[in-house]
Amino acid sequence: MKQYNCVVCVKQVPDTKKVTGDAMKADGTINRAALPAIFNPEDKCALEAALRVKETYGGTVTVITMGLPAAKAILREALMCGADRAVLVTDRKAAGSDTLATSYILSQAVKKFNPDLVFCGRQAIDGDTAQVGPQIGEKLDCAVVTYLEDLKLEGDVAIATRDIGTGIETCRAHLPALFTVTEKLGELRPFQMRRVMENKNAEPETLDCAAIGCEDSRCGFAGSPTSVNKIESVVLAGGEFKEVPATDEGISGLVSELIKDHTIG
Amino acid sequence: MKNTQGEVWVFAEQEEGKLSEVPFELLGKARELADRLGVKVGAVLMGSGVESLAKPLFEGGADVVHFVDDPELKVFRNKAYRHAMVELVKEVNPQIVIFGATHMGRDLAPAVASALKCGLTADCTDLQIGDYTDKKTGEEFKDVLMQIRPAFGGNIIATIVNARNWPQMATVREGVMKPLERGTGNGETGTVVRHGAHLEGIDIPVEVVDIVRKVSSVNLKGARIIVCGGAGVGSKENFKLLHDLAAALGGAVGGSRAAVDLGYCEHERQIGQTGVTVRPALMISCGVSGAVQHLAGMKDSAKIIAINTDKDAPIFQVAHYGIVGDLNVVIPKLIKAIKQKG
Repeated sequence: MKQYNCVVCVKQVPDTKKVTGDAMKADGTINRAALPAIFNPEDKCALEAALRVKETYGGTVTVITMGLPAAKAILREALMCGADRAVLVTDRKAAGSDTLATSYILSQAVKKFNPDLVFCGRQAIDGDTAQVGPQIGEKLDCAVVTYLEDLKLEGDVAIATRDIGTGIETCRAHLPALFTVTEKLGELRPFQMRRVMENKNAEPETLDCAAIGCEDSRCGFAGSPTSVNKIESVVLAGGEFKEVPATDEGISGLVSELIKDHTIG
Repeated sequence: MKNTQGEVWVFAEQEEGKLSEVPFELLGKARELADRLGVKVGAVLMGSGVESLAKPLFEGGADVVHFVDDPELKVFRNKAYRHAMVELVKEVNPQIVIFGATHMGRDLAPAVASALKCGLTADCTDLQIGDYTDKKTGEEFKDVLMQIRPAFGGNIIATIVNARNWPQMATVREGVMKPLERGTGNGETGTVVRHGAHLEGIDIPVEVVDIVRKVSSVNLKGARIIVCGGAGVGSKENFKLLHDLAAALGGAVGGSRAAVDLGYCEHERQIGQTGVTVRPALMISCGVSGAVQHLAGMKDSAKIIAINTDKDAPIFQVAHYGIVGDLNVVIPKLIKAIKQKG
């Protein structure tokens, strides 16, 4: 029976759900240091998809991240859950990469492992762009299946169920294939106790841009066509505000006003 | 590659020979951008035998419909659509290409941008034409596309530009842009230009076996009045009160992410950055604290009434009418008043 070589692309992200007053600097930019760094939620689902393939059909799971050395924390988590191999791509040349440059660097790293299946989370919670997955797929020139909810394998064909917004599609993708995975696939399994002990101080393999054959002009700021022109913090601005007392008279008066200006009725 | 006389394009996505509302929303914005630049609006229509869809696109504001007709394009598949779109961009050289931030748009647009090695900004909530100065080099760029989007979980608004590698590409959130008023487009005619898909010899590694369409009973985007509940509603049972209020007003019921996560209402009712963006004539917000992610999806409602026990809840900052009180008391009073007067 065929064994599947799976690669999972993951990202360490600031927990944007925990943004509070002190997470915003006075100039409206983010104080990343004030936020906990976490394993991007949908990347965990991507890892789960790969672990299920390994469990059901046999094979290996390699986890790759691009980031600062601190991102080793999520690679260790992945190893504790059952990944076989963890790789950190880290390089100053990668700083300032937008989705185009990021997908280029990651695709170069993925190519090194010659996988049958590549899994990415649909999107990362710090940018919510959902661009890096399909862009890696384009660069690998393999089958691309987004919004994956369920997966079966038959030899060199993946039978995938995916959300297309207006419905649920079933498709057959010829391997190699890249999938972007949503929460609907299911939660990442818990750590395995034995693996926690083995991997708590694990040192992932580290590669720089040169080691994966990247051209400098396509990495970091140099390889990023988009630039940020302006950042503003969200200013809540309502119209004229009127407080309505929570009494029969107050509420009756409000309803009359809404009828009078044709909002209701 | 930079074509300052290039058209402003809209990807007019269709499924089973039908256009959704999204291409018309995009055409409304494209018309404004193209008029500002003094260029034409092009709609890109791909599929098999769907030429009849050109007419509504002209009515929606397109000057030109670029029609790519190929049996391989009957159902959306990333590789086939990507390849056809990339060839089309190379052939016609537009200056701006806008996609809906739908499942299809968020699948196709990144792949096209990757192949063309150009920039792409996801989920924009506004697009404008403006001048940009590169702060590092001092280089000035006239009339570039300002791509405005919430980022970092909705806590900041970023303006992104792609001044060098054209075409400038963006996906735009559903429900954010306004379609042109009926009859203000280009009437029923315009220029249809047929193009080949250039798929000869291209291996398309995916076959679509089956599609089961979702039947949605919820239409938040089309609703004039929305009653929206948050964690403060307290239980699934209490959410019934919101349905009663919506029924009295002929409106729809939505929920914040917190309400959906707590199981008070279905996922398809979620309003906010990760749900639906709405702009009803009236939004009645009940027990919603007003996280920025939620406000991003409803703050453009024409009138907002907020009901909350916490007088300091951020929702009151965007509300036009605030009622500090228990929604279990306030909503029945509202229903009573509506029934008496309506």
